[in-house]
Amino acid sequence: MSASLHATGKGMNLTLHVWRQAGPGAAGRIVDYAAPDISPDMSFLEMLDVVNERLIAQGEEPIAFDHDCREGICGSCGLMINGSAHGPMKLTTACQLHMRSFKDGDDIWIEPWRAKAFPVIKDLVVDRGAFDRIIQAGGYISAPTGTPQDANALPIPKADADLAMDNAACIGCGACVAACPNASASLFTAAKITHLGSLPQGQPERDRRALAMVAQMDEEGFGGCTLHGECQEACPKGISIDAIMQMNRDFVRASATAVQAKEWSGAA
Amino acid sequence: MSRKLDAKIPAGPLAEKWDTHRFEMKLVNPANKRKFSVIVVGSGLAGASAAASLSELGYQVSCFCFQDSPRRAHSIAAQGGINAAKNYRNDGDSVQRLFYDTIKGGDFRAREANVYRLAQVSVDIIDQCVAQGVPFAREYGGLLANRSFGGAQVSRTFYARGQTGQQLLLGAYQALEKEIARGGVTMYSRHEMLELVVVDGKARGIIVRDMLTGELESHAADAVILATGGYGNVFYLSTNAKGCNVTATWRAHKKGAAFANPCFTQIHPTCIPVSGDHQSKLTLMSESLRNDGRVWVPKKREDCGKDPSQIPEADRDYYLERKYPSFGNLSPRDIASRAAKEACDDGRGVGPGGRGVYLDFADAIQRLGRKAIEERYGNLFEMYQRITDEDPYTRPMRIYPAVHYTMGGLWVDYNLMSTIPGLHVLGEANFSDHGANRLGASALMQGLADGYFVIPYTLGDYLATTKLEKVTTDHPEFVAAKAAVEERTKKLLSVNGTRTVDSFHRELGKIMWDKCGMARDAKGLQEALQEIPKLREEFWRNVKVLGSAEGLNQSLEKAGRVADFLEFAELMCLDALQREESCGGHFRTEYQTEDGEAKRDDERFAYVAAWEYAGEGKPPILNKEPLTFENVHLSTRSYK
Repeated sequence: MSASLHATGKGMNLTLHVWRQAGPGAAGRIVDYAAPDISPDMSFLEMLDVVNERLIAQGEEPIAFDHDCREGICGSCGLMINGSAHGPMKLTTACQLHMRSFKDGDDIWIEPWRAKAFPVIKDLVVDRGAFDRIIQAGGYISAPTGTPQDANALPIPKADADLAMDNAACIGCGACVAACPNASASLFTAAKITHLGSLPQGQPERDRRALAMVAQMDEEGFGGCTLHGECQEACPKGISIDAIMQMNRDFVRASATAVQAKEWSGAA
Repeated sequence: MSRKLDAKIPAGPLAEKWDTHRFEMKLVNPANKRKFSVIVVGSGLAGASAAASLSELGYQVSCFCFQDSPRRAHSIAAQGGINAAKNYRNDGDSVQRLFYDTIKGGDFRAREANVYRLAQVSVDIIDQCVAQGVPFAREYGGLLANRSFGGAQVSRTFYARGQTGQQLLLGAYQALEKEIARGGVTMYSRHEMLELVVVDGKARGIIVRDMLTGELESHAADAVILATGGYGNVFYLSTNAKGCNVTATWRAHKKGAAFANPCFTQIHPTCIPVSGDHQSKLTLMSESLRNDGRVWVPKKREDCGKDPSQIPEADRDYYLERKYPSFGNLSPRDIASRAAKEACDDGRGVGPGGRGVYLDFADAIQRLGRKAIEERYGNLFEMYQRITDEDPYTRPMRIYPAVHYTMGGLWVDYNLMSTIPGLHVLGEANFSDHGANRLGASALMQGLADGYFVIPYTLGDYLATTKLEKVTTDHPEFVAAKAAVEERTKKLLSVNGTRTVDSFHRELGKIMWDKCGMARDAKGLQEALQEIPKLREEFWRNVKVLGSAEGLNQSLEKAGRVADFLEFAELMCLDALQREESCGGHFRTEYQTEDGEAKRDDERFAYVAAWEYAGEGKPPILNKEPLTFENVHLSTRSYK
C-alpha cells in the first residue's frame, strides 16, 4: 500500500498524539505515533485505518474509535482533533474530514469527547447512552402504528416544515457536548424539542416533552447552558443555537402552565 | 433431495389476497400478548419499526444492535426518498402501477403477491410517518412534495431533503425509544448476534456478544426476527456502513434457513469514484440527482483528460439519453450502471484511472437557477465537494457505479417467515420484494412495510397457531450454541499469523468485484470458486487478531464478520454460476442480446434459487420456488 502512495508523490509525514486508554476504569495517556506517507485524498478515519494496520503488523493493539457509515450521517464518529470537535473544517464530521486539511509535518492531537456524561470506554470510544435516555424521556410523538389520517389532511406551512427539518438534521454525535465548556447537552435536546414543537402533530405533548427532556438532561450530569455558542460552531449539521432559545421558552411556558394547573387543582 | 418450498401465498384475486389473509389469520388475545417474548435483531427501518409496533401491541420485545445506539443503523444513510402510490400528483399513479413498476424493475424475478402487498401498504407508511413528525418536504401550500426516481414515469417519491433515510429512521427510532421508556422493549446496544438457537425445529433464541465486556449471553424467546440488513460488504468496497455484515443471516442459514438468490446484488450508478488504495468505503450520491443531472462521457477517447468545460457539446455522448430516449437519465439502476461500465471499458471514462463518467448540472442550473438546485441537492453537493475537492456547481460531478444493495437474502414465505419456523426476516435481510433489481426509493418502503404493517399481523398468527414449549437458556441447544461461539472466538485469537483482517477482506472484495460484480461469466465464477476456499484456508492459518475475548476488541469483531463473508462469498458465486441467464443486477456476459441488454430465460430460470446448507464441506442443496405470474405479462424489460 505504501508503495503506491509513494508513487503519487503526495504523501505527507505526520505525527499523531493519540489518547490511549485500555478500559473504562484504566488510566489513559497520550501516545505518539509517526504517520508517514499519508495521502491528502484520505479521509481522517482512513488515515487512522492505515496507522492501525501498521500497529497490528508491529503487534500493537490498534486504536479503538467509533465509526460506521463514513458519510457523515450515522453520528458514530466523534473525535477531538487538535482541540476541535470533528477537527478544523466547519460543518464536517471526522469521517468526512480529508487529510488535505493538514500539511506535511503537522502534529495532530486526537482525543475522545470529554464530558462527565460521556464516560470513556476505550481509547477514543465513549458511551453516549445518555442521548438515548434523553429521547426516551419525551423526544417523540406518541403515534402508535395504525392507520392515521391521510398525510395531506394536515397541511403544514413550508416554513414550519423547514424549521422542523433544520433541527431534525441532528445526528446525535455529541460534538455539541464536547465543544461546550460546561459539557451541556442543550443543543442536542433543544434540536429535538424544536423539531417536534414546530409541527402541529407535536403540539399535544409539547409541554410535557420540554419538561421531561430537560429534567433528563440534568439528571444525566450534563452541564447547564451559559450561551457560549461553541456548540453551534462545532455542530456538523449546522444546527442553530436558536433552538436553545426555543427550548428555554417552551420550558418556561410549560413550567408556568404546570404551576398554574397545580394552583387551579388546589383551589378546586 | 430437495425440499418443497411453500410460499403460503393466499388464494384469491391479487388485490384481495392481503385483506383476505388478514381476516383469516389467527389473533393473539390482547391480554395474552404480554405472555409472548420476541427477539428483534437489528434496529434499522425494519427492525426498529417492528420492535416498536410489536411492543405497542403488547408483546415483550428484546431488540439488539451492534452500534452504540439504535439510531445509527445504516438505514440512516439512505438519501433520496420513499415511494408510495398516493397519486397526489394526479399523474396516473396507482397501487397497480407501483406494483407493476416494481415487478418489471425487478426483471420479473419477484413474487407477485408480496410486491402487490408492498404497493398496497406504501400509502399507509407515509401517513404513519407524518403522524410521527417526519419532516417530509412540502410545497408552499403545505402539502407534501414529490420527486421522480429511476424506473418510473410518475412522481411518487416522498423525501426529506437528501436525508430521507435519516428522517424515517429517526421516526422509527423515536417510536422505539418511546416503547423502551414504557418498558415494552428492552434494548441491547453494542450487542452482536453470533448464533441462532433452534430448539425442536423452531427458532427460540440467539447467542450475542456484549461488545463492551466480551461476555457471551444467551437470550430465549418465542420467536426471533432478523432485520440485519444486506451483505454488500462482501465486496469490501461498497456504500454500506463499515459494520454491515452477513453474520446474523449466515449463522441462521447454517442452522437451516434457506438463502435465496444471493447473486442478486445491486450496483448503484451514482457513487463517487475510488480515489486510491486507502479507500475504505464508497459514497453514494443519491439517484435523485439524475432528475436534473445529465450523464455523459466524451465521444472521443483523446478528450478524456481535458477539462470538461473545454469539451464542446457536439463532442459529448449523453449515452443514457441516446440509448434509452424515453427514460433517459432516469433509466433503472442496473441499466445505468452497466452503461457507465461500457463507456469506461470503451476507454472513454474520466478522472483517475479512467473509471468515471460525468453527471452534469449545468443545464439544470441554467433552467432553474442555482438556488433551486441548492434547495434540492445542497447537502449532496457539499458532500461531493468535501470528498473530491471539486465544485459540482461549476464542474460536472464524476460518478461511477458501486455496490449498494443486495436483493438476495434469507428466503421467506408470504408471512415473512424463513424455512425455520419462528424465524422471521425483514427488510434488506430477506429476498422477497425486489427480484433481480430494486428500484430507487423502494428499500425504505419495504423496510417500513415489513416492520410497521406486515410482521405485526403475521407474527401474531404464528404465535396463535404454534405450540411453543417453555424454553430456557440452560437448554442443551443454548449451551451447545454458546460453546460453538466460544470455540470460534478462541480459534480466531489463537491463529496469530501475519496478515490483518482487513487485508483478507480487501482481497476477498477484489475477487468478488472482478468475478461476481457488475458483469459475470462462467469462467470467472469458476476461478472465484477456486480462489475463495484458498483465501479462507489462509485466513484461518494466517490471520492476525490481537487482544483478547474480554472487553472491546474491534479487530475480533471484524475477524468474525470476515470469516463469515469468506464462507458466504462461495455461495454467491455458486448462485451466479447456476443462473445461466441475465436478469436485473445479475448480468452474465454469455447471455445478452445483440445490443448488449440482459437476456432473460423465463423457460429455465423463472424461479427463486433457495440454497439449503448441507453441512461443513458439503455442497449446498439448491431448492427452487417456481415464480408464477398470473397478473403481469412477462415481457422483455425495455426502457427505450
